[in-house]
Parts: sequence; structure tokens; C-alpha cells
Amino acid sequence: MSRSYLPHWIHWLGSPPNFYRFAGALRPWFMAVALISALIGLYGGLVLAPPDYQQGDAYRIIFIHVPSAWMSLFIYATMAVAGLVALVWRVKLAEVIAMECAPTGAAFTLITLVTGSLWGKPMWGTWWTWDARLTSELVLLFLYLGVIGLYNAFEDHRRGARAASLLALVGIVNLPIVHYSVQWWNTLHQGTTVNFLDPARSSIAPAMLWPLLVMALATHLYFFASLLGRTRTGLLSLESGKQWVRALVGGQPAQTTGAPT
Amino acid sequence: MASTAQSMHDDRVARGRRSSGTSASAACIALLRRDLVLAWRRRGELFLPLLYAVIVAALFPFALGPDPELLARIAGGVLLVIVVLAMLPALESMFRVDLEDGTLEQWLLAPQPLALLALTRVIAHWLTTVLPLVVVMPLLGALLNLPVKVLPVLIVALLLATPLLVLLGSVLSALAAGARRSGILLALMLLPLAVPVVIFAAGAIAAAQAGMPFIAPLTWLAAALILAIVLAPLACAAALRIAVES
Repeated sequence: MSRSYLPHWIHWLGSPPNFYRFAGALRPWFMAVALISALIGLYGGLVLAPPDYQQGDAYRIIFIHVPSAWMSLFIYATMAVAGLVALVWRVKLAEVIAMECAPTGAAFTLITLVTGSLWGKPMWGTWWTWDARLTSELVLLFLYLGVIGLYNAFEDHRRGARAASLLALVGIVNLPIVHYSVQWWNTLHQGTTVNFLDPARSSIAPAMLWPLLVMALATHLYFFASLLGRTRTGLLSLESGKQWVRALVGGQPAQTTGAPT
Repeated sequence: MASTAQSMHDDRVARGRRSSGTSASAACIALLRRDLVLAWRRRGELFLPLLYAVIVAALFPFALGPDPELLARIAGGVLLVIVVLAMLPALESMFRVDLEDGTLEQWLLAPQPLALLALTRVIAHWLTTVLPLVVVMPLLGALLNLPVKVLPVLIVALLLATPLLVLLGSVLSALAAGARRSGILLALMLLPLAVPVVIFAAGAIAAAQAGMPFIAPLTWLAAALILAIVLAPLACAAALRIAVES
């Protein structure tokens, strides 16, 4: 019949029971590496890295703040891509993945805002300022909350997931605004100091850079581990009437959402 | 098999168009007329957003004190916030009634493109609920001591910003139409999308008030409006399809 453009294993992985087992096998590894690299990154950032010549020790909050900020954008992009797949190809797994991205993304956005304002108090002398980057990050938080709220306002979770995926796609216009706000509007928030495309132009010291990158690795891996775990429970709740879930919880008639009894 | 079914469908659609003569433009005009007539029959409701706007505008001098200079300085931003807030309640019911009585299913079945029908609804909504607000804004501006020389800029900014907000709101309203409760949800979803619009519109008014060039924010708004006229009906149509299917 029609030729498949995707390798077979993608179709295999798209089936909820297969993904459930796959995610369960992968998750501990991601979590373990995330914890180890977080310990290394925090040790490197909080102990080994030298104090900043201007900001003293207060700058060390960037080892939490900057990876969280990167994650807030990265998770939104992940959510939008999964949402696009869910809308175009109606893949059930993609709907679950898109919706399970949102709470973690909102949490990282909140961490970014809180750590930023903790740092802003000693450095700028104010908890909050209506600076372009702060405002657009706050808008990003509201976008996440809108996606979560819309998803939960539907009785039917699959329809809710599709509606919220469309909202996520509409909101993606905010992503470049957050990312480039410090370059477009020269305001209080400092400019980019890490340049991945051209490392020679990065203005951050190598002793500060490597803990930052290790922390970024840790947050990415943590996000993947958390996403796999959340997707597992999301699939269980969505498929609670199906045979494979019943077999998994011990052959009882499934009425609950698969919570252990 | 599929191609014959498709051609039969095309044939039926073509015959339907010939027999009743409903081209896309005729359907849009009929829809626009229906919406306007319905709004006129219930014209008392059209005053509610106006009343809301007047009340909120009247509260500001009470809360901040009647200092003319202070009021003049904040008037532009206050008026924009009032417009956004006064638009919100009506936005919720943009598609809800049509979803409940099955009109939206007819929209989906109609030979005319769904995006075009959605755009027509947006135009009707703007004419009936938002245009009166824009008309009354200079009056409220006078209440808040906005300088008269800024009024043209205020009106142009509103004429560019409010259709843009209604277009963005139509997507969200269609998304929320299928949900159980959507009152505060719509506000939560509209806020992130409304922020840039409010920034640019208020920026134009503030620049005009300070005697600085105000064309740049207005052209940004116009560019965004053109983009939204093209893209928002398509997103709205996709959202309506999600709302109808169940």
C-alpha cells in the first residue's frame, strides 16, 4: 500500500504499551546521569569557579538561573513540536508528551524568575523591573499556565490536548522575543555572554563556563527523565480502560486511573 | 474509488453552488447580515461593554485623586487596558452559542472555506462589540484629561489594535468554546498575546503625547494586523474543528 517514510521502530515506539516499557527502562539512567552531573556542576560552580571580579560570589546563582532559563525555552519548543505532531498526525503519544511538558516547563520558568529576582535584589537593588527580558519571561510563564489551564478545562483529555497544542503553537511567537530581547532592547538585563556558534566570542571565563554547561546537561537530562516518567503516568491514565493497563495493574477491572492500591 | 467519491462530492458542491448561488462572498455577506441583525435585536446588550468602560474610567480619578497632570500622563495606557478588559466578556461568547445549537457543524459542512466564515464572524464581532468602545474612547480620554492633540493617534492606534486583539481572541475563543468553563481561562490565554499589542499601541500614544515620532509603533501594529488577518482565521478554523469534533 502506501510507502512509509518513517523507519519501523518509530511506529513501534509510538504505541503506548511499547513506549511505557521503553520509558521505564530509560528513565533511571537519565535521572542518575542528571543527578551526577548536577553534583559535578554545582561543585564546579559553587566551589571551584573563582568569584566574579565585579559581582563577587553573588553571580553564582547563574548556575541555576541560566540553565533554567534555557530550559524554559527548550521545553516550550519541545512542547510545540510534540503539539504539531499531535495536531497533524493525531499521534496519541505526542499529545501526552506535549501536555506533560507544560508543568515542568512552567516550573523551570518560575525558577528562572525567582532566582533572577533573588539575584536582582543585591545587584540591581530591586526585586523586579519591567525590563524586556523579564517581561517576556513572565509572558512565557502565562503561556505555560494557559496551556495547562486549557488542557484541564476539557472533559475529554484528547480534545483538550489538541486544543492546548494549538495554543502552544500560537504562543510560539513569544520564543524569539524572549531569546533576542536582550539584543533588541538594551535594557537592565545583561547581554549574552555564552555564544555557542562562535566560542571565541563568548565573554565568559572558561572556569565559569564548564560548570554552566554541565548544569545545562543536568537540567536537560532531568527534564527528559521527568518527561518520561510523567508520560508514563499520563499514558496509564489515558489508556486506563485498555487491556495492557489492566494486565499491568494485575488483571483487575480498571476503573481508576492506574494508581497503586 | 476515493477519486470517484471526491469527484462526486465536487460535483455536488458545484451543483449546490449553482442552484443556490452561494458563492463565498454571498455566504459571508449573508452571515455578516445575520450577525448584525441578531446584535441589533438585542441592542441593549451592546451597551454593557460601554457601561463597563465608563465605570472603570470613572474609578481611576477616584482612586488616584483628580490631579489633571497625573491623569493626563496615565490616560493613554489606562484607556488601552480598559478596552482590553471590556472586550473580554463578549469574546467568550463569540462561538459558544453557535457551537451549542449546531451552527458550527453547518459551517464545517458548508462549501465555503471555514477560515473565511471565521473571518466574517470576527468582522461582525468587531463591528458590534468593539467599534462602540473605540467610538466612546475619545470621550473617556477627555474625562481623563488626555490632551486633544493626542486624540487622532489614540483613535488610529485603537483602530489598528482592536481588530488585532479580536483576531487573536477569536482563536482563543474557538479553543475555549469546547471547554467546560472558560471565563478566567480566556483572560489567562489572552494576556500573553495581548501584551505586545498593548505595548505598541500605548507606546504610540505616549510618544505622541511627548511630542516624539509615533509612526514606528503604529506601522508595527499595522504589520501585525495584516499578518493576523491572514493567519488568525486559519488558526481559528483549526480550533473550531477541534471544538466541534468530539
